[in-house]
Amino acid sequence: MLVGMLEIQRSLIDEIVAHARADHPDEACGVIAGPIGSDRPERLIPMVNAVRCPTLYEFDSMDLLRLYREMDDRDEVPVVIYHSHPATQAYPSRTDITQASEPDAHYVVVSIRETGPAEGPFEFRSFRIVDGEVTEEQISILG
Amino acid sequence: MTIEVRIPTILRPYTSGEKSVSAQGATLQEVLNDLELNYPGMGERLIDESGLRRFINIYVNDEDVRFLSGLQSAIGENDSITILPAVAGG
Repeated sequence: MLVGMLEIQRSLIDEIVAHARADHPDEACGVIAGPIGSDRPERLIPMVNAVRCPTLYEFDSMDLLRLYREMDDRDEVPVVIYHSHPATQAYPSRTDITQASEPDAHYVVVSIRETGPAEGPFEFRSFRIVDGEVTEEQISILG
Repeated sequence: MTIEVRIPTILRPYTSGEKSVSAQGATLQEVLNDLELNYPGMGERLIDESGLRRFINIYVNDEDVRFLSGLQSAIGENDSITILPAVAGG
């Protein structure tokens, strides 16, 4: 029984999976911003993986500043922070856990290990990562 | 000289939830020392023995301090400082 919950539009899930496939074999990453306090992911912002790597991701530092300024101006927060695992399970890696820095965000991990860049089944899971502790959440798909 | 410093969510427990605080200093190092004085514990989240922590980004206005002079970056009267943890993982 999972306690927390991420409610997300099906179209946003499709966009994240498409991004993961497009950036294969590197990890894809991005944010879904939403109004402060709403916990509602609305505006997907794909980010460049500055380290362009199959096992790591990092937002470019200048992109990061622009992103947070823009969200601030629009009274948004990063409701979802997503990245892909091209070749491993959709579960936070040790690096994901130590680097997690948004205690209020849903950390989404999408794995395309079965299909790589092709269409087909994928794993899409959501977690809270707070103080090094991972808690998986239920996902409720809207639309 | 009073500088505005934007605090990221993860460090707001140190500032009683404030998103933005004031600090003093003519260099980034001095500003961070002042933050540590007023918000004990915050300093070590930002710097370690080798300097600015790898996964912490600090900006003076629109510049990443890694492209300025790091902790020695000069801070002026109307500058604002933004602290953002890297969004990164594996």
